[in-house]
Amino acid sequence: MSPGYHPVLDPTLAPPFTEAALPVLRNPQLRKNVAHAIDVIQAKRNKLVTEKTDWQELRAAASAIRAHTLENLAAYIEMFESRCTAAGGSVYWASDAAEARRIILEILRKENASEVIKIKSMTSAEIQLNPFLEASGVSVFETDLAEIILQLGEDEPSHIVVPALHVNRSQVREIFARRMGRPELTDDPRALTAAARDYLRKKFLSVPTAISGANFLIAETGGVAIVESEGNGRMCLTLPGTMITVAGIEKLLPRFQDLEVMLQVLARSATGERMNPYTSLWTGVTPGDGPQSFHVVLLDNQRSTILAKRVERQTLKCIRCAACMNSCPVYRQTGGHAYGSIYPGPIGAILTPQLMQMHHAQSLPYASSLCGECYEVCPVKINIPEVLLELRSQVVNQERRDMSRFVDPMYVGLRIADLLFSRAWLFHAAQRLGRIGARFFTRKDGWIHSLPSVGAKWTQTRDLRGLPDETFHEWWDSRRAKRSGEAG
Amino acid sequence: MTRPSIDSRTQIVERLRAANGSAALDREGLAQAYDALPRQYIRQGKLSPSAKIDLLIERLREYDADVVESTPEMLPATIGSRLAASRRKTFVVPSGAPSAWRIAGFDWKIDAGLDIKAIEDTDGVVTGASYAIADSGTIVLHHTAEEGRRVLTLLPDWHLCILRTSQVVETLPEYFASLKEPPQLVTWISGPSATADIEMTRIKGVHGPRLLNVILVCE
Repeated sequence: MSPGYHPVLDPTLAPPFTEAALPVLRNPQLRKNVAHAIDVIQAKRNKLVTEKTDWQELRAAASAIRAHTLENLAAYIEMFESRCTAAGGSVYWASDAAEARRIILEILRKENASEVIKIKSMTSAEIQLNPFLEASGVSVFETDLAEIILQLGEDEPSHIVVPALHVNRSQVREIFARRMGRPELTDDPRALTAAARDYLRKKFLSVPTAISGANFLIAETGGVAIVESEGNGRMCLTLPGTMITVAGIEKLLPRFQDLEVMLQVLARSATGERMNPYTSLWTGVTPGDGPQSFHVVLLDNQRSTILAKRVERQTLKCIRCAACMNSCPVYRQTGGHAYGSIYPGPIGAILTPQLMQMHHAQSLPYASSLCGECYEVCPVKINIPEVLLELRSQVVNQERRDMSRFVDPMYVGLRIADLLFSRAWLFHAAQRLGRIGARFFTRKDGWIHSLPSVGAKWTQTRDLRGLPDETFHEWWDSRRAKRSGEAG
Repeated sequence: MTRPSIDSRTQIVERLRAANGSAALDREGLAQAYDALPRQYIRQGKLSPSAKIDLLIERLREYDADVVESTPEMLPATIGSRLAASRRKTFVVPSGAPSAWRIAGFDWKIDAGLDIKAIEDTDGVVTGASYAIADSGTIVLHHTAEEGRRVLTLLPDWHLCILRTSQVVETLPEYFASLKEPPQLVTWISGPSATADIEMTRIKGVHGPRLLNVILVCE
């Protein structure tokens, strides 16, 4: 990152997207890092999706399973609760982030835990768990390689699957050398990975409490599934005596068998692999194997509100594969930090404003060209452009109600346009006036390159075609006059 | 401001019911709706038994796993040669592993409740497996007595997995269809532990075993 610049991923504090994107757009190294990572993942993903002859059938099934789960979420979540409890787990319910944090801290206090090891979890980042625990005197150790890079580098995640994709090897070397006291490290990814292995091994073997997210909760069995690559997840699921899992209430699947669809679409979409190296599933507590104290915190945090909305509810089908951000032309240019949320890219652009009840992050629905590629690649068929448009209309309605927006140049312009477009004589008069006015700004090449005052907002980033000498109506009238003259 | 958790439970479930309106189904209706979900994807493989095994070997090797074939008679000799090739000395086996796997000339520990330190100090682990899925090159552990508890196939740096060809299915859905009931514990392993977090360069062996070895016993 540029010196002195720290990304803000709290949507209540983050600047609007167009403003937050500027430091990234002005940082060629960062853009290169992001573009390289995205190109590698996309090439692998496309190859493996093409190889799968039943890809569209898998997508249809995955989409239908997720939609069916959401339609019957109350039934499935109660089923999960009773099965998980019967298997020896404890289930907690949190209405919002603050309640989830409080529940987790209470469990840690009961266990006298002063240190926790963590499996990468977007949900724990959503509830801003780490800073809360640190402030409460609990030391938190992230164990995913990318999360260590960010934690030691005091940086923020820019992607939901590969959170440190904006950091290159020499930057990782610098962070590890400084924070692990290993000045001899080279920038060979092999050496850097080995350094992370050594750094964490002691923690895995000594810290008795772990916190995880969940990829899937299985209603039928009360089981929890975690998908990973490195084995840090397996370490956290196996070695500590206590495991706390925090999961959004939408993470359910009806039956164990549904994994036959989800595991096939998830790894291909997320990392471009036929299957990720390790997937773990456990059910409550197993005597003699793994944590003997197991807690699941089910988090609502606006999800039930989103569920009640006809267009927006599909947002909850998401299985957090990140294919939408990997394919997004906007994300490719700006990277993840510009979205001002731990959920970047197209899914973040629809999820974050909804989690904020449309009180914050209103610029995000506009952080898209609506090209539709995100919908095309989504393994659970979330029509992201449809939700983006719905949220844009809500933002506009908010602004129209806001009296301070009454004098906003855009809204003044739109009111004038409304007046002109509804009366033909006014419209024609405005055209004639506009044509005269535009002449002062149109260059020899027929384009307007800069406009004064409010018009500059447009011409700062794009050119405008000069107005033609004749409107269509004028051309049509003169043509008809000519023809009738000829006929006569 | 602080509400007890039990209230949150009631509130959340009520909100979910309200969000779905009158559409709530009874147990039977729920099962019917579930059974009606579209499942047009490939559920049954089409390969011959030998082509299926070839595919598994190819996919495992793509993950850099070391794969050799053997027979029930030759198995102890094959295990011996893999152990020797590893240049390692101390190995651990799950409590249910056949004694024939513990080849003379190496140090063996049997996991009947070994402490973590003892497992960490071994050079490798030899286990069975429940299934293998050819299409994705996946080894499935249900952590039976022959496969061991989860930590056993995690801490040692070298894992030798003994698979029988009768345990191999072609597709992931075939594996799920063959289960009588859902297992309590599962680990699906597709190649050795790996990361691509630094510039998308794939590095083998982060925390799990760095080296995965498979012996396929042809029956």
